[in-house]
Amino acid sequence: MNGLRYSLAEQRGMFLALAIFIIMFAFYVANHPAGFTPNVVQTAANKGVLLALVAMAQTFVVLTAGIDLSVGMIFILANCLASYLLVGTPPMVALGVGGVLLTGLACGALNGLLVIYGRLQPIVITIATGAVFFGIALWIRPYPGSADDFSSDLADALTGKVLGVFPASLLFLILLVLVIWIPFRRSVIGRAVYAVGSSEPAAYMSGVPVMRAKFTAYVLSGLLAAMGGLYMTFFTYSGEASLANGNTYTLSSIAAVVLGGVSLFGGRGSAIGAIFGALAFRAIGDLLFVFDFDPLWQPLFQGVVLLLAVSLGAARLFQVRNRLDLFT
Amino acid sequence: MVDAVPLFRMEGMSKRYGGVQALDKADLIVRSGKVHAILGENGAGKSTLIKIMSGVVAPDEGRMLLDGQEVSFASPAAANVAGIVCIFQELSLIPDLSVADNIVISNPPTWLGMIDRKAQHAIAMEALQRAGGADIHPMELVKNLPLSRRQIVEIAKALARKPRVLILDEATSALTAADVETVFGVLKRLRSEGIALLYISHRMHEIAELADDCTVFRNGRRIATYPAGSKTGDEVVELMIGREYSSVFPPKLDTVHRSATPVLEARDLHWMQRLNGISLTARAGEVVGLGGLDGQGQRELLLALFGVLRGVSGAVLVDGVQRVINGPRTAKAPDIGMALIPEDRKTEGLMLPMSVRDNLSFAAMSQISRGGIIDRRAESAAIDRMIKLLAIKMASPAAAVGSLSGGNQQKVVIAKWLMVGPRIILLNDPTRGIDVGTKQEIYALLRKLAAEGAAIILYSTDYDELIGCCDRVLVLYDGAIKRELVGPDITEHALIASALNIDHKEAVA
Repeated sequence: MNGLRYSLAEQRGMFLALAIFIIMFAFYVANHPAGFTPNVVQTAANKGVLLALVAMAQTFVVLTAGIDLSVGMIFILANCLASYLLVGTPPMVALGVGGVLLTGLACGALNGLLVIYGRLQPIVITIATGAVFFGIALWIRPYPGSADDFSSDLADALTGKVLGVFPASLLFLILLVLVIWIPFRRSVIGRAVYAVGSSEPAAYMSGVPVMRAKFTAYVLSGLLAAMGGLYMTFFTYSGEASLANGNTYTLSSIAAVVLGGVSLFGGRGSAIGAIFGALAFRAIGDLLFVFDFDPLWQPLFQGVVLLLAVSLGAARLFQVRNRLDLFT
Repeated sequence: MVDAVPLFRMEGMSKRYGGVQALDKADLIVRSGKVHAILGENGAGKSTLIKIMSGVVAPDEGRMLLDGQEVSFASPAAANVAGIVCIFQELSLIPDLSVADNIVISNPPTWLGMIDRKAQHAIAMEALQRAGGADIHPMELVKNLPLSRRQIVEIAKALARKPRVLILDEATSALTAADVETVFGVLKRLRSEGIALLYISHRMHEIAELADDCTVFRNGRRIATYPAGSKTGDEVVELMIGREYSSVFPPKLDTVHRSATPVLEARDLHWMQRLNGISLTARAGEVVGLGGLDGQGQRELLLALFGVLRGVSGAVLVDGVQRVINGPRTAKAPDIGMALIPEDRKTEGLMLPMSVRDNLSFAAMSQISRGGIIDRRAESAAIDRMIKLLAIKMASPAAAVGSLSGGNQQKVVIAKWLMVGPRIILLNDPTRGIDVGTKQEIYALLRKLAAEGAAIILYSTDYDELIGCCDRVLVLYDGAIKRELVGPDITEHALIASALNIDHKEAVA
């Protein structure tokens, strides 16, 4: 059927990321001393989900042809905040989760408003707001740690295994895709985000709500980044205002998004691709451990694989007929 | 027989852009069930008029009435809601979305807040069918379609909005003859359904076939409205010109080296259907003009000569020897000595935040440096020479170029290339948006350079300029040279008539 061909073409980036992930993960599991067991999968899933959430956050903004350098810092801020708020009885924990997520929304909304009304480049604004978010995180949690009555029940449930085999974190990720991504992709505002990223003047001329689309993208980005931070707390039972961690998550999220077939020029790609991109990126990093390489090799190896993967995406430049177009 | 209240009416509409009066108390009446053609030269105010009608720009003064009720549009979306839909040349399609997504973009069918893909598909299919694009798959991405198909999608998108007034701005410019036929069928049916069509085109035979009424604009004013077919081509052209002729041009001394081998020769250039077999020569001491309407391949021709375009077929000869020019670096090397004064000085000509000195030196680095080190003294000397030659006014050579006036910025762009000592100078509309005084200086400079033996190719959208400056004008139409005008034959009348590709006496509009 003809329609299928177009659907497949649209998902090409995602399939590429999926293929890279499967190959890397197969290598990983095949050479892992314990083999393909629920425990190995659970550990891998838990590590992968963190980056996947931040990569999803990055996707929303990148689709508008922007970039969000504050996702890692929102992640850290949410982590530090959660180390205080996830305390006491289940209703109190729920309230805490709500507080953390609302903070993420607020951070995203601030980014969105500044980008829309400040009319500055997203990269500049999010560097600045990212520093502010990190500053707040450092202020509330100068030393790593957690509240005395930290409640770990929810954390254990969401990072454990369902029915003894399936990693809960992965199920949570799938749930998020179903509840946030799919409706977004199908909604009018979601389409507006793609339109704005693909050609902002054309979107405006077509009567697309440009500002609302951008605002939505940044708000959702903040929300997803905060979910990542929340999950970080679930794993570690504590918060830590680590500048290195924040920066790593920000930059890795961009790598994951690119690997997942989301165009940095905007308007093309999906969060599902970005999720596979994130899982693949993590699998590449973990690959070295099972081969007993020195962990110091990890950044080099990850970098080389990333370069190869994005080079595939640059092949289109060979088709450019007007050399001036190479610069736009 | 005229109905009492016209569907749409515009009165006393004015709009200024900086120092340019784009519209000057213009009025217009549009009736339902009619095709109304708008005619005028480049810059006559047609595009400003439709931008105001479709909510893209706000007028400075004047009012619009729809069904006799005063309306104003804050955005294109507001105009769409009121039933005024404009098909822009190629601006409003979103390349990364599918055809169907684009067609329903302003108002997608939804179910429980989500886009109903099935309904969307059906709407797109129907609209494509009506617009004569049944062969286009609704799920194809717009960026994968050729230009002529995109234009069909534009039309389908407009139809899906159920317009009452449909504005077509050069909507057929990229269509093949067969497509035009289809589209005309569609437009005639829309007319019979009572839609008012505003048709802007430079193609006179299309207007002759389609229009019921014609309105001519000139210098931002409505000059005349008349029933289609009541005027000859001559009369229409006169209405379109009709302005006094100011003599700001230096005398054209014959400095052409006729016997020598042409400095530049191009043979049968083709590129992506935008250049369709262009051959030309330029001799030392000659100013060759490129005429024609905007977007007939003039810009592409200059870029092709300068080596910016990939995949150009045909041959370029310099001093009678075939050369492969694959980029500006090759083009400006002393053995070719070519310079291109680009169209957009702000992006392709200057680094605005950098100083006048730095901007002037960029192209001529190899002339003023030795072993990779810039010779400061040679640089200063060359820069002083240029500043004097062009009389560039600025606080100091260290001032940022962005702080200069438009005319002086343009002088910097020209000076930058003159520092290379070019023998072949290509100019892409060099006087657009600059004041008359500076224009005059540039014209004098062009003649001076020609007298010193440079071969100059000048593209201009201003017919006066072509008449006043050029020894020869090549008129382009659809990527090919339609007519060559030499010496006294270069008249405004001949330029416009050949630009529109019409005969002189035929009753056309």
